[in-house]
Amino acid sequence: MTTDRRVFLKKAVAITGGGLLFSQALDAKGLSSLFIKSSLYESVRHTFKNYRIHQSDKIDLKIPTIAENGAVVPLTVTSFLDNTEQIYIFVEKNPIPLVAIFDLSPMVESLVSARIKMAKTSDVVIIVKAQSRLYQLQREVKVTIGGCGG
Amino acid sequence: MKSIKIRTKLMDGKTQVRMLISHPMEHGRRKDKATGKMISMKYIQKLTVKYNDVIVVSTQLGAGVSKDPYFSFMLKGGATGDRIQVTWKDNLGNMDSLVQEIK
Repeated sequence: MTTDRRVFLKKAVAITGGGLLFSQALDAKGLSSLFIKSSLYESVRHTFKNYRIHQSDKIDLKIPTIAENGAVVPLTVTSFLDNTEQIYIFVEKNPIPLVAIFDLSPMVESLVSARIKMAKTSDVVIIVKAQSRLYQLQREVKVTIGGCGG
Repeated sequence: MKSIKIRTKLMDGKTQVRMLISHPMEHGRRKDKATGKMISMKYIQKLTVKYNDVIVVSTQLGAGVSKDPYFSFMLKGGATGDRIQVTWKDNLGNMDSLVQEIK
């Protein structure tokens, strides 16, 4: 499966003689520079710069309070805010807190289901962009290792 | 071999679109138990959903999404025969796409 980008990379590597390391570095950073290893606070700052984020009760998050398997935590986010444009999912204690960004067109309901990984017990933070304003909701999820569900 | 499965369900003027993609979603911090070597990063970075050739959902994903990612969205409207297309691309440049009609 060859894409333009792969071809470009191959050429770039051939020119620089940089070898595998070079292409891996590019791939790791590549197009999503928002997905950085950092604390939640830094990640949010990096993503939204200095925009103010409001707490909101117009976001609904369905997620188990106790997750028996941190590798698969199902969640459903529903936004009751008008003109929801984007939904961001962060997990506080993951090495890379930002998990996913969903850009929603007006042709879909502001409802998203997904399954995420959680490294350990921590807050899941949902940030919704609606009418160019940011709203957030967070919920703690306990991750039990060993699966006895304590 | 298709990596994407799409299920659609008409309900009350809306269409539920669910998708399951088989992909390892490796975050690069796991060791291969057999060889002791680190497993390198391999995860889907972009996933787009088109409805009749119009992008309705576009996502940017990190390796924090579970292995074999599952997503579901709710489309306003939708009718039998309308096309849903799901496309993904991972950090290594692999990609796959599937078009399916709403039943």
